[in-house]
Parts: sequence; structure tokens; C-alpha cells
Amino acid sequence: MARSAQPVGISAWAGAAVAALVLTVIAVPLGAVMLRADASSGLGPADWAAVRFTVGQAFLSALFSVGLAIPVARALARRNFRGRSALIALMGAPFILPVIVAVLGLLTVFGRQGALSEILRLFGLPGVEIYGLHGVVLAHVFFNLPLAVRLILQGWLAIPVERFRLAATLGFSSRDIGRHMERPMLRNVLPGAFLVIFLICTTSFAVALTLGGGPRATTVELAIYQAFLFDFDLGRAALLGVVQVAICVIAGVFVLWVATPNAIGTGLDQPVERWDGQSRAARLLDGAFITAAALFLLLPLTAVVLRGAGAIATMPPSIWVAALRSIALSLVTASVAVGMALPMAMLIARGRARGFLETIGALSIAVSPLVIGTGLFLILRPIAGPTDMALPVTGLVNALAALPFVLRALVPAVEQAEAGYGRVALSLGLSGPNYLRHVLLPRLRRPLGFGAGLAAALSMGDLGVITLFAAPQQGTLPLEMYRLMGSYRTDDAQGAALLLLVLSLAIFWIFDRGGRVNAAV
Amino acid sequence: MKTPLIASGLILAAGMASADTPVLTIYTYDSFTSDWGPGPAVEAAFEETCGCDLQFVGAGDGASLLARLRLEGDSTDADIVLGLDTNLIAAARETGLFADHGVDASNLTLPVAWQDDQFLPFDWGYFAFIHDTDMQNVPTSFTELAESDARIVIQDPRSSTPGLGLLMWVKYVYGDAAEAVWEALADNIVTVTPGWSEAYGLFLEGEADMVLSYTTSPAYHLIAEEDDTRTAALFDAGHYLQIEVAAMVEGSDHADLARDFLAFMLTPAFQSVIPTTNWMYPAALPASDLPEGFDTLIQPQPGLIFTPEEAAALRDEALEEWRAALSQ
Repeated sequence: MARSAQPVGISAWAGAAVAALVLTVIAVPLGAVMLRADASSGLGPADWAAVRFTVGQAFLSALFSVGLAIPVARALARRNFRGRSALIALMGAPFILPVIVAVLGLLTVFGRQGALSEILRLFGLPGVEIYGLHGVVLAHVFFNLPLAVRLILQGWLAIPVERFRLAATLGFSSRDIGRHMERPMLRNVLPGAFLVIFLICTTSFAVALTLGGGPRATTVELAIYQAFLFDFDLGRAALLGVVQVAICVIAGVFVLWVATPNAIGTGLDQPVERWDGQSRAARLLDGAFITAAALFLLLPLTAVVLRGAGAIATMPPSIWVAALRSIALSLVTASVAVGMALPMAMLIARGRARGFLETIGALSIAVSPLVIGTGLFLILRPIAGPTDMALPVTGLVNALAALPFVLRALVPAVEQAEAGYGRVALSLGLSGPNYLRHVLLPRLRRPLGFGAGLAAALSMGDLGVITLFAAPQQGTLPLEMYRLMGSYRTDDAQGAALLLLVLSLAIFWIFDRGGRVNAAV
Repeated sequence: MKTPLIASGLILAAGMASADTPVLTIYTYDSFTSDWGPGPAVEAAFEETCGCDLQFVGAGDGASLLARLRLEGDSTDADIVLGLDTNLIAAARETGLFADHGVDASNLTLPVAWQDDQFLPFDWGYFAFIHDTDMQNVPTSFTELAESDARIVIQDPRSSTPGLGLLMWVKYVYGDAAEAVWEALADNIVTVTPGWSEAYGLFLEGEADMVLSYTTSPAYHLIAEEDDTRTAALFDAGHYLQIEVAAMVEGSDHADLARDFLAFMLTPAFQSVIPTTNWMYPAALPASDLPEGFDTLIQPQPGLIFTPEEAAALRDEALEEWRAALSQ
């Protein structure tokens, strides 16, 4: 009913236009690379092995990330303690770190001379060996657990407090609450979270290879690099790009088939307060989950901070200039991403071609930045010099890459607002801009702030397509950091990594904070 | 708001420069153009005499450089491409995009003879395994390394120049037995990284006893960090060479200027910048003119290298052997 409550207006057309834009920006560059290709060798057995490994490791990584995130998110949803919001913000940091920085941070805990190995050796046990499939999954969980926790936590906080109050009145136990309120919510939230993380992991390249221990751990993305840079077989690179799209579409269809629409209902927008889970055992359990997750995520980050601290004052000036450039870029990215996501989320919430739209929204993480970047390069070069376009193109591509995350955060909130208030709004004659301003936006502040912060932070840390376009004087902060690392300047690179970490977190925090009206998260 | 301002400032500056002086565009790899690379000093020195504006365009690493040039084809803006290595020369020549340089290369100081009408070397290095000076039983060959329990990190030949160099090194020394050598090495290889930076980072992190790099790597630690605890392992059979080259693009609008640059490239003004910025050996500078500290480096004998054509012909086979041996 609520679906038809609002007439199809400008927002729906805008949503459709954004979806079309996303499809265009992915399909046209793919096509351009194919057109430019000479004879291609097609996909060989090694490529198919890469596909199998890619899907397998991504499945395991998403499974563990989401599985471990459930108890952590639940604990965070029902506990209130000092520093909780700071902890949640900090825990999000691994997601935005450049890969190599995060890997080196992980090694300080799980490496041969890492803390864990040292402790085991104290007890006469052999040290841990991180290299192999388990290492790949461990690193992917490190990157994606925070995202999973945040997405699931959003779901928890979206359960209206009136429900919990009613449950308390009816004398519900934790188990009853789980069955009647939490499980339906999880059924709604988990498939989307799983899909997003699965897709992120399918484009993994450096993590998979570095920690995978050898050519066994070849992913589709590496096969694309090989096709493009080693064999200059553009046809095969584009074909592999199509394979990535196919993986995304299949996973998307599967996930949407599993997911159910939200059936929670709405309340009066008050902060969550829980009456259940106050037993000693429940408190201890929640405390243990929060502590374990915090240690797992924060110890490697601490190592990054400690190493960078010594070098940050003596870094070359080009780093600071690059940092300014990255900040500007991330602000543009955030506004473009949110501007695209909102109409699309409203269209998805109306239920029209929902699966199709969600899959389009997810495509941009699943497709190789190298293929898209190359395609854009081929298309745009006749029009203007690549260096003139480096920042606009990077901004657009980064915004597209952030779109799925912003959508994930927005869609459930829009659905809920429309389901709960759409009819009231209609009966009051609220529509169009007024409806947006008085009904929808106030209810979307939290996911909008979260989404914008995530998009901005992701853009800060992303190397993306800028490498193909940037002139030496135009590097972003992560690019400069890689340049430092590539010239033995490890100390300066660690300083740059710390700066990147601080800036990303700050920019995320500012947006996220701005979106939190009732400071409950 | 800053970005468009900066960008329009740059465009304006570029436009003004091109109004009265010719612009020589050089495509090179990223690290060459960074503030701490050879780029700035080379640019300043050449612009002093050329009456031109030298502009570098960075494009990832050597392989991305060639890919970019192939994407652009005849319409490329490059006058010179600087930073390909011998493993890329055959593919680069095949594009037909390069012109003969016509520069006298008789003063080259490479450890091997060089004869090529299009590609002119500007620096070179020996591949080698770097280790800490306190390492015991340092291997002197790949077979000794395979028998030892030393842990090594290497780079993937599909995405990294040193990785491909190592592939060629093993192929050069062992020929048809290369696959067996890789199989024996498999349990020494901790992991294979996409690029040099990751591998070197893992080594510095203590994840491995040795890392594939260059014999000149210890010079960086010694000169820039005053750290003499890193050294390179000397392999008896000799070390494979990387020779980095530059070439001018056929049909460049500034052919004379490009040729002048290639000639300048072999003069001390360019060559003396290389050792402590690119951390490689200059291609035309006597050993006596190298900075202090370079005399402490190991001196491999002999330097090994396939011709570009041999390297191109062997590449796919060697890669298949590598992958088969390490995928088990």
C-alpha cells in the first residue's frame, strides 16, 4: 500500500536516470576496451582457476565477516558505555586504509615476528603462519568486519523502541525478542551486507596475492592486470571484466531471492533502550565480543599509528599538498555519491524493479577499476588531455564505487520511512519537496551522514583510477604514499599512512556525527 | 573548491609556457618523476640549455608505460618514452612507434655490450637477494637456496618488473631444468607479492630472511639511512641484469629536441643524478665517479641477460613453468 502512496514524481525519474548513468559508466568503458582489442586468446584454464579462487575466497570472507559481525553488532546495540561511539568510529578505520598499510599492520599481530607468534613462542609453541587461504580470509575480515558491524547495527537501531517497550511489557525473554524482532530484521539486513562484502572481496588483488602465498591465489583482478599489462590482450581483459559483472549479477539475484522485505513496522523515532539482556551472563558475553572485536581491529591500527608518528613531521611537502587534494576530492565524491544514492534509494524503496536496481547499484564495486579506467581513458582521450580530467574522472568513479555502500545504508531507512509515514503524509497532502523535507530527510539523517562519511573516507583511501590519469604533480595522498614506498622511503610512507588514517577518520566522523540527531549510536 | 582552481592554474601555466617555448613531453614511470626521484634534477639541468619546457608524464611502472603508449598509438603526446626495460623492448619495438636515436653510445659503461638503434640505456642494475648482514649460511646459488630453510619473498612476474627479472634469471641459469628449480624453491617462498614495494615492506617487517631486489639496495640504507646491516647475496653463476632504456617516438613534433635529450641523457649532468635518486647504476659513468658507499656493494660476475628477442620468445614458457611449479 505504502508503495503506491506517493505518486511517481521527479525523484523516481532521477532515480532511473542515476541507474542508467551507472550502467552507462560501466558498460560503455567495457565496450570501448573490447572495441579497441585486436585478436584475443579468450579465457584459458588459468583464468577459470582464478574465477574459482576469487569466488571461493570471497564467499568465505563474506561469510566470516557477516557471521562475526552479528554478535558484535548485537552487543553494541544493547550496551551503552563510555567511549562507545568513539569505538564504533575507530573500528571502521581498517575499511578505508590502503591495502599495503593494513597488511603491514596485520603482520605486527599475525606475522612471523608479530605479537601473536611471540606470545605463542613464550609457551614453546610454533608461531603462526599467515600465508594461505586463511590469511586472505583473515585480512578480508579485518577490512570488512567493521562495515558488516555498521550495516547490521543500523538494522538493530532501526527497530523502533516502542517494540522493545511492548516486548518488555509482555515479559519477552532475550530469546523471544530474538525470534520476533531480531531475526526478521537480520533476514532483511544480512543478505545485502553479505552481497556488498562478497563483491568487495571479488575484486581483491593485492591482499589475496600477498597473503595467499603464491600463484594459487590468483584472482580475476590479477588476471586482468596480467591480460592488460603483461600480454596487452585487451579482449581478454574486457572478457574478464564481463566475468566480474556476471559474478555480481548471479550473486545479486541469489541474494535478493533469499532476502525478504522489511516487516518490522515503525515507531516514534526514539532512541533505542533495551530491557532485555541485562543478566550477568549476557553482559559478560557482550563485553567479550566487543573486546575481542576491538582488539582484533585496533591492535594493527595502533601499530600503524605508532610507526607513522615519528615520521609525520618530516615528510616531504608534496605529501601535504596531496592531502589537500585528497580532501577536496573526497568532499566532491561524498556529495556526488549521496546525490546519486538518494533518488535511487527512493526508487528501490517503491519496489519497482527492485532486484534489477539493487544489482545495478552493486555493479560498480564488482567491476575492475583497471578496465573501467582504461575504457574511460580510451573514450575521453580524444576529447581532452588525461591530466586535465584526472580529478573529475576520479571523483565520478569514486562516487560510483561508494554508491553501493550508501545505498545499503539508505534503502532500509527509506523503506521504513515510506512504509510508516507514507500514508499519513498522503492524507496530509504532503508530496514532492515538502514530503522530502519534512518526512523523509529527517528520518534519513543518520544513514545519510553515515553514507556520506563512508563515501568520503573511501575516496580518501582509494587508489582507483587516478593512476592512469594523474600527472606527477597531481597525486592523491594514497598515490603519493605508494610512490614513497616504491622508493625505499618506508618511514615517510608510514607517516603518510598515518596522515591518511587520521584524515579519513576525521572526515568520516564529521559526516557521521552530523547525521546523528539523537546521539544514540 | 580548490581543485578547479589548482587545475585551471596548471592549465594556464602550461598554456603560457607553450606559447613561446617548445614543450618536450617525456612519458616515464611514476617513481622517476617524484620529488625524490631523478626527474626534478634532470628537468632543471636540461632546461638550462635546451630553451624548452621539459614535462614528465608519469604512468605507473614500466609495463603500464608501454600499455599506455599502445593505447594511445600514433596519436600519443609523448616525444620520448623513458623507463622501459629489456624485457619490454621487443614488444615496444613491435608497435613501430619508435624512431632511430642516432646518438653515439660509445661511452656506455654497462657490464655487457649494447647495440640498438632505437633504445638507449640510461641506467642498469643486477637483481639480487637482499638479506641482513647477520644471516648465517648465505646461499650462493638457487640450488643452495632451495636446499636451505631460508624464507624468501619474491614478486609476481605478471605484475612486477623484478618478478619477471627473476623468472628470466632462473631460466638463463637453468634452461630446461628451470621448472625443477622452481619446484625446489617452492617451500622457501613465503609469498609472492604484486609489486616490489609490498615484497620489500614484508622483508623489512621481518617476514622473510631474503627479498628479491637489486645489488644497489643496500646503498640506499647505507647512504640515506646510515644503516649498514643490509647486504646482497652473491650468486656464483652470475646475476641477471635489468637495463632501463629510453627511446624517441617516431613522428614527434620535436624530433631534434628529443634527440638532444637522448644525447644529454648520457652526459654526467644526467648520469650523476641516477645513483642516489633511482638507486641504480648509471649507464654512462665510470665506476670511479660513483658516490661513496657504492664501493661497498657486491660485484657479481658475470652479468647475465637475454637479448630482447630471446626474452620475448621465452617469456610465456617460463611463466607457465613458474606457475605450474608454485601452484602445487
